[in-house]
This record gives sequence, structure tokens and C-alpha cells, in this order.
Amino acid sequence: MPRINDVGGLDGFGPIDEELDEPPFHADWEAHVFAMNRALIGRGIYNLDEFRDAVERTMSHESGYYENWFRAIQTLVREKGHV
Amino acid sequence: MSDDHDDSPIAAQVREFEAVLEARGLVDASELDRALEAFTHRATPANGFRVVARAWVDAEFRARLLDDANSTLPEVGLSMGGGLQPQVLHVVENTADVHNVVVCTLCSCYPIALLGPSPTWYKSTAYRSKVVSHPREVLEQFGLTLPDDTEIRVWDANAESRYMVLPRRPSGTDDLTEAELAERVTRNGLIGTAAV
Repeated sequence: MPRINDVGGLDGFGPIDEELDEPPFHADWEAHVFAMNRALIGRGIYNLDEFRDAVERTMSHESGYYENWFRAIQTLVREKGHV
Repeated sequence: MSDDHDDSPIAAQVREFEAVLEARGLVDASELDRALEAFTHRATPANGFRVVARAWVDAEFRARLLDDANSTLPEVGLSMGGGLQPQVLHVVENTADVHNVVVCTLCSCYPIALLGPSPTWYKSTAYRSKVVSHPREVLEQFGLTLPDDTEIRVWDANAESRYMVLPRRPSGTDDLTEAELAERVTRNGLIGTAAV
């Protein structure tokens, strides 16, 4: 499947929705995913480039931002044999 | 990290996975709390507002900021350190002829230390794809209509380089204090999707 992460200039992604007074996280689990990723990178389990690569190759445009993060984190931790 | 009571499937999956990581010693709860604390309490757009207000009242600070933001931020008690890897901040200045706007077409790179968490629209494929090809249209969607002869510069952030816009000081603000000026700045102004 082609990776279309460099979306600059592509058409067809619909309107830009601006949410007023948006909170940092929309649910507590998003905050947990964020913190988990920071901790794992901080410990050297994987690095930022590996994380971005994992997001790009496992992401779904149908999933939310932190859902894609969570999928990438799980993928990397498994690939590196930690779980 | 403290437990929550969200019953959604994804919340349960995240809880389970976090428990596995803790059991394997890959993360610990206090470490997660600290990571979150740093993000939500220290990283807010009020930091960027302060930088802009100082630049508006102090021409020498402004010149240093535009020249080398990383070495100038400590003057107002801020820094680009503390992230996961070193990042160079570029502050780009709006003028009568040039308006700047920031995007990350590849993912969602953003100067969190100065602007706080990025809004969902900044991370959306809709914004990332369109602002580079039709910036004027995108800015109009945000309610910002620029004169036809204003040049729009779109800056594409990446893992090493982050951007913050220095908006133009609004007219009629000569009598305001630095703190009052900071209150006039908005998060979107620092991204470039608002004038100030």
C-alpha cells in the first residue's frame, strides 16, 4: 500500500474543521498515549524517527490522531520484542 | 498514571497496554505523570504570547530573536530544550508585505514548548495538504483576508526545525504595557492563521 504522508498539495481531504476552545486532549486515554510515547522514547526503546516511520506505515486516515499513535507504539514495542 | 473510568474500547486497550508496559518495567506510573505534567502545565501558548510582546516593545530583542531564536528565548525564561531531540526554532516575521503561515506537511511538527499542544486542525490532512497549494483560500477560511499584493510564505516544519510567526503589532496599542500586549496575541496568530 502506498504511503501518502507527505500530503502537501494533494486534493480531496475535505474541509478544515476548527474546533473552538479545543482541549489538549479529548479523552484521558489520549493523554496516556502521549505520555507513554514520551516515556518510551525517553528510555530509548525507540527513537522519534522510528516512531514517525511507524505512524506512517500503520496509520489509517479513518482513525483519529492518537489512535494512530497508539497503533504505532504497539507496533514498535512488539517489533522490538518487548511484548 | 492515575486510572480513568472511560468505558470506550480504545480506552480499555490503552489501559491494558500500559499495564503490560509497566509490568515489563518499560514505563512507570510516576514517569508518565511527569511527562504529562510537563506537557500540559509548562507548554502553553502564553509562552509564545510573551515572546511576541517582548519583541514588539524591544527592537534589539526582536532582532536577536529573528536571528537566533534558540539563544534568545532564555532571556524570557524559555527554551527549546526539554523535547525529545534538539530542535531549531525559526521565528518568521510578518510585515506590511509578507504574511507567514506554518504547517507540517509530513506529520504534525509544532513548537509545543511555545505554543502548547497543537490543535486538531493543524494535524489534519485537510490543512496540511491545502495550505501549501492554496494558502490564501485556507487563510480566508480562518477569517483572514489578505490584500492581493501581500506575499504569503508557507513554512514546512520538520523534526529538526520548528517555526513560530511573529505577528505585526496591532495599531492603536502604543499605550499598552508588555503584559497587555501579550493578551492581544492568539494561538492562531503564532501559526499564521490569524493576523495577531
